[in-house]
Amino acid sequence: MIRLFVILLAWALAGAALAQGNLDIDTPAIAQFKAAMAQRHAQLLLWYQSGAVGLTRDGGVVLREPGAVPLAQRQAVTTLLAGENADRTGLYREIARANGNLAWEADIRATFAQRWVERAPAGWWVENATGIWRQKQ
Amino acid sequence: MSPFRIPSRVLLAALAVAIAGCVTINIYFPAAAAEKAADAIIDEVWQMKPPRPGGPGAPAADPAKEKTP
Repeated sequence: MIRLFVILLAWALAGAALAQGNLDIDTPAIAQFKAAMAQRHAQLLLWYQSGAVGLTRDGGVVLREPGAVPLAQRQAVTTLLAGENADRTGLYREIARANGNLAWEADIRATFAQRWVERAPAGWWVENATGIWRQKQ
Repeated sequence: MSPFRIPSRVLLAALAVAIAGCVTINIYFPAAAAEKAADAIIDEVWQMKPPRPGGPGAPAADPAKEKTP
């Protein structure tokens, strides 16, 4: 009985320590999302730089200037953006799931939204919390 | 078995407190840890890490990170 109690207590404390330190982002699903997004990024880069595509306040991407994409490529860009938004949503959910708290998904999305915008290079278009678009300086 | 006896009622109560503590800790969103995780993922997706000397870019050359527990 005492031994069981000690084991359970140690397990509880280990869990608590883990929860304080880092989020677990080393799962196969997260690796898949990252790989797909990195590959897609090479194709999206041009559109970020031209301002056709911007980073939204909710941690996604959007075609904010359709006219900046030649008609022949617009469908392809739209498909890329749909894939990117699906992967980002999946990524946020998977991080929440991997860390044992699905309720964190919205917080994780908000954190990413803020970090994508913060990390975006100069010239890219980003949406602030009130929905105003600006070009990063 | 054991040299001293602790009433099982006390043990149960302590266990309940420990488990409750666990749940309490997990309710709070670890904002700093989430930022760190987000930055690590953004680095990889946007490939913003400074290129290593030796390979031109070489974004895929990071087998050290793929560890299995």
